[in-house]
Amino acid sequence: MTDRETFDRLAARFPAFELEFVEGTDPAVLVKGENLLELAQHMRDEEKYDFCSSVTAVDYPDRVELVYHLYSMTNEGGPAILKVHCNKEDPIAPSVVSIWTGANWHEREVWDLMGVRFDGHPDLRRILLWEGYEGHPLRKDFPGSEDEYIFS
Amino acid sequence: MTQEDLVPPELRRNVVVAPVDWIYNLGRAGSVWPIMFGLACCAFEMIVTLTSRFDLARFGMEFMRASPRQSELMIISGTVTKKMAPQVVRLYDQMPEPKYVMAMGACAISGGPFKDGYNVVPGVDKLLPVDVYIPGCPPRPESLLDGALKLHKQIRGETVLTSPWYRKGVERELPVPEQGPWGLVLPKGEETK
Repeated sequence: MTDRETFDRLAARFPAFELEFVEGTDPAVLVKGENLLELAQHMRDEEKYDFCSSVTAVDYPDRVELVYHLYSMTNEGGPAILKVHCNKEDPIAPSVVSIWTGANWHEREVWDLMGVRFDGHPDLRRILLWEGYEGHPLRKDFPGSEDEYIFS
Repeated sequence: MTQEDLVPPELRRNVVVAPVDWIYNLGRAGSVWPIMFGLACCAFEMIVTLTSRFDLARFGMEFMRASPRQSELMIISGTVTKKMAPQVVRLYDQMPEPKYVMAMGACAISGGPFKDGYNVVPGVDKLLPVDVYIPGCPPRPESLLDGALKLHKQIRGETVLTSPWYRKGVERELPVPEQGPWGLVLPKGEETK
C-alpha cells in the first residue's frame, strides 16, 4: 500500500520531486509528469513493484489525472498508486512502457478514450476504436456525453 | 392421391411419397450448422446450449463450424460494436446460401443497455437481415432452443420455387459498412451515432 511510511521513504529519497501524499480510501503519491519516469524506475528496481496492473485516467474539470496501480509479485504487496496531473488542453505524460512493458496497451487505451498522449510510447495507436475516429469518447466534453460532473 | 394409392403395401414401411419441398426442407432444417462466432456474454449461453444438458445437437445444429463457408446460420450472440461490424458483415457475405441470422439477446436486437454508446450498433438488423430474434439478457439456453425451433419452422415453410437464393437478379453481397469519423456509415447513407 502507499501508506505514509512508503511515501515518507520516497519523499526522503527524492526531495527535489516535491511529491505529495493524496489522502483517501486508497492513498496515493502525486508526482509531477517530468519526474514520473525516474520515480517509476525506482519503484520497479528498489521497491520491487514489478507489475503495473493498470494505467487509467480521470477527467476532472481542471485537469486530467493519470492513475497507475503497481503491484509487487516479489513481495506479494500492493497496490502502490501513483498519480500524475496533466493539463486539459493538451494532456501529455511520459510513457512507462520502457519500465513496465505491460503498460503498452493500457496507455493505448488511455490515449484512445481519454486523449492523453504518451511521450515515448513505441506504438501509440487507438486500441478500441478505429483509426479515423474523431475525439476521445470518455472525455466529459465529448458530444453526446450529457452526464454532469459528480463529485462527492 | 394418398400414400396408400401410390406405394405398394410391401414397401410402405420404406417409401414415403411427399412433395419435393417437404423432403428438401426436412433435410435442410435438420442440419443447420452455426458458425463458431461469439461476440459477448451471450456467447457463453450459446456455448452452454451446445453442452449435453441442453444439447442443441438434438435439433441438427450439430457442430459450430469454424469457417463461414461451411455454415448456414449466424448466431449474433452479443453486442455488435462498430469496430466489429464490418467483420460481421464480411463473415456473413462469405457464408453460402441459404443462410440465416439469429439475433440473440437485447444487445444484438436493439443495442440493449448500450444503445446510446459511442461504439455500439443499435441492433444488428441495421446491417444484416435477421430471421429470428431471441429476447433476453442473456437469453436462457431454453430460449435459444426455442429460437432454433422457430428457425426450423421458417425453413419448413419455404418453397424451392420462391426462395430468393435460386432466383436471378438478387443482390447476393451485403455492402460492408464503413467506419466514419463519428460512427458507422450505413449502406443507406445514414450514420449511426
